[in-house]
Amino acid sequence: MSQSWLLKNGRIIDPQNGVDRQGDLLVVHGTVAGPGEAATDEVREIDVQGCWIVPGLIDMHVHLREPGEEYKEDIVSGTRAAAAGGFTAVACMPNTRPVNDGMAVTILILQRARDGFARVYPVGAISKSSRGESLAEFGDMKAAGVVALSDDGRPVRDSQLMRRALEYAGDYGLRVISHSEEQALGRHGVMNEGVVSTSLGLMGIPTAAESIMVYRDIALAEYTGKPVHIAHVSTIMSLDLIRSAKARGVRVTAETAPHYFTLTDEAVAGYNTNAKMNPPLRSEPDRLAVCEALADGTLDAVATDHAPHSTLEKEVEFDLAANGIIGLETSVPLTLALVRQGLIDEKRFVELLSVNPAGILGVTGGSLATGVPADLTVINPALEFDYTQDTVVSRSRNSPFLGWRLQGRAVLTMVDGRVMYDLNQRCEQRSS
Amino acid sequence: MNSGKTMTTGCHFSHKHILGIEHLSAEHIDHILQTAESFKEISGRSIKKVPTLRGRTIVNLFFEPSTRTRLSFEIAAKRMSADTFNISASTSSATKGETLIDTARNISAMHPDIIIIRHSCSGAPEMLTRYVRASVINAGDGTHEHPSQGLLDMMTVREHKGRLDGLKITIIGDILHSRVAHSDIIGFARMGSRVFVYGPATLIPVGLEKLGAVVCGSLEEAVRDADVVMTLRIQKERQSDPLLPTFREYAQSYGVTREIMALARDDALVMHPGPINRGVELMPDVADSSQSVILDQVTNGVAVRMALLYLVMGNT
Ligand SMILES: [Zn+2]
Repeated sequence: MSQSWLLKNGRIIDPQNGVDRQGDLLVVHGTVAGPGEAATDEVREIDVQGCWIVPGLIDMHVHLREPGEEYKEDIVSGTRAAAAGGFTAVACMPNTRPVNDGMAVTILILQRARDGFARVYPVGAISKSSRGESLAEFGDMKAAGVVALSDDGRPVRDSQLMRRALEYAGDYGLRVISHSEEQALGRHGVMNEGVVSTSLGLMGIPTAAESIMVYRDIALAEYTGKPVHIAHVSTIMSLDLIRSAKARGVRVTAETAPHYFTLTDEAVAGYNTNAKMNPPLRSEPDRLAVCEALADGTLDAVATDHAPHSTLEKEVEFDLAANGIIGLETSVPLTLALVRQGLIDEKRFVELLSVNPAGILGVTGGSLATGVPADLTVINPALEFDYTQDTVVSRSRNSPFLGWRLQGRAVLTMVDGRVMYDLNQRCEQRSS
Repeated sequence: MNSGKTMTTGCHFSHKHILGIEHLSAEHIDHILQTAESFKEISGRSIKKVPTLRGRTIVNLFFEPSTRTRLSFEIAAKRMSADTFNISASTSSATKGETLIDTARNISAMHPDIIIIRHSCSGAPEMLTRYVRASVINAGDGTHEHPSQGLLDMMTVREHKGRLDGLKITIIGDILHSRVAHSDIIGFARMGSRVFVYGPATLIPVGLEKLGAVVCGSLEEAVRDADVVMTLRIQKERQSDPLLPTFREYAQSYGVTREIMALARDDALVMHPGPINRGVELMPDVADSSQSVILDQVTNGVAVRMALLYLVMGNT
């Protein structure tokens, strides 16, 4: 029997149900209780004055590295970082070793996730071993528990395979998440092509490498009538393509990551390998376009592309360094910065980080309606903290935001009414 | 009275490392060139050795094959009585999968005073500075910079022209992959020269204007009234990136011939960082003409490198 909680004096922001009010939220037996409902057993009260109570945040794009690269992260350490960052659920990409291209790996991931600190939604591979040659068994994986399909990190080059994937995924109600990249254009590149790459003497990846494939994926979604989700969008042209496709009624959704609306390719200066990722950090006009697209609905979700790497992959020459940064613990403050800048409002913040990811993946969450599982996040939007090596919860520390003073963070993360993270240690967290 | 040119006498040269021209002010470039000019005299003596760096240990750490640059640094070090050691990629642990950092830490533990590094990855010298106590001199990193080459080019031009300010410097060829071009563009522009570049669009990187160069629309435009015409070694393809169809066509469209040189000023200099593809980027008669200062570049290379070794050791 789980504990009952009364979260007192918070600002409850629940856009799915048109709620934005000051008040208390009662959690009984792991579910959100209705107004006036009384807890039968002992209720623990927590004063959350000054904080927001929002439906649990969902990061729809993370790499948990298990199985195969547990020295970087595993499901327990990754979900611990997720909970600390305010996430009650994560969708993990299939580029593990072996690739999650079948029931066996999916089951293993879900088994490990029982000891985790957040819900784990496995994403299955589009193609066997993500080699881009033949379709993986979507039906089997769906039965085992995958919520979407992607060859993230190994973009699907063959357009026929992509078309068939969209069609076949539809039969199982799964959405394809596309890492849209024409790799031939970025083959030599290690960062965004522009003034900065020229002055650093680093080979560039042109923005067209992304937008060409975004267009292909939109064209296939439009032609087949099937939905497609575009991962980590980073360029003006891609956003324009998505915006106009949405206006035509194409079933396309899209996400971006906090680094694309926070940083530009200038962050690579000094050959900072923690600013190396794919797609690469772009120019200032691209960054501004991403901000605008988050506000106007062109982008549906903020997802971190949490990609842990150890110093083995990052403390090397820039050309040789692995792509990717961790993001679970910095997503909330970086996205809150957009709220403070007046670019998005609180409601939109919750949509981008909770409501829309739940809708796109077709999973529970994104709502604080009476009777739903009590997956919720309490955020103190004013709290400032220093994000440093020592405070990182993830097993890896490859973040360009180390040393930043950030504002706003999750102070309490609850899944099914159980406390997964409590900044103030008021409640005992679940042990593992 | 104090025109600014006399500033250099009181120049405080504070660079521990030489990673790129980008980090050097005009004043510091001028100071390095003046120091190099004074060292050049040593190379003309019958006994070409001064005791300035006696007892200093200099390691040449070359992860990329190089004969000319390594030899030039080695001669420079020996003329200053330093002890030099060469570590090349084939004999170092690099091929055994040891990381640059491990190699750096191992060398650092032997307490060298200066590490001269060449590496195929841009930024490797900057990275090295974070793991060693020694001064680091970049002898060419990826497609980033080759500062000693840029300095010797400036020294050679100044020696012949008496100044750098206001000159038209034209660089032709593979700007995209040329660390020499990057160092030259930044350096000449910083010294007040007007830098023009030209080459096939496949070899012109974006954003060159920000580095201080004007991208020309034709070979004629680039060369007309130039004080210096520098061509760069061309490669047909790199890592399967199709940059050019043939050397033949490159020579026809971009090769610097006697006819093209006629558009430049009569006293224009012909330069090339070497090694030359004769008959491709530069026709043999131009390379060997009286306008060519290609061998002066080589001679000045030793003097510039002596100056760099001297200055990073805290001498001014
Ligand atoms: Zn991806």
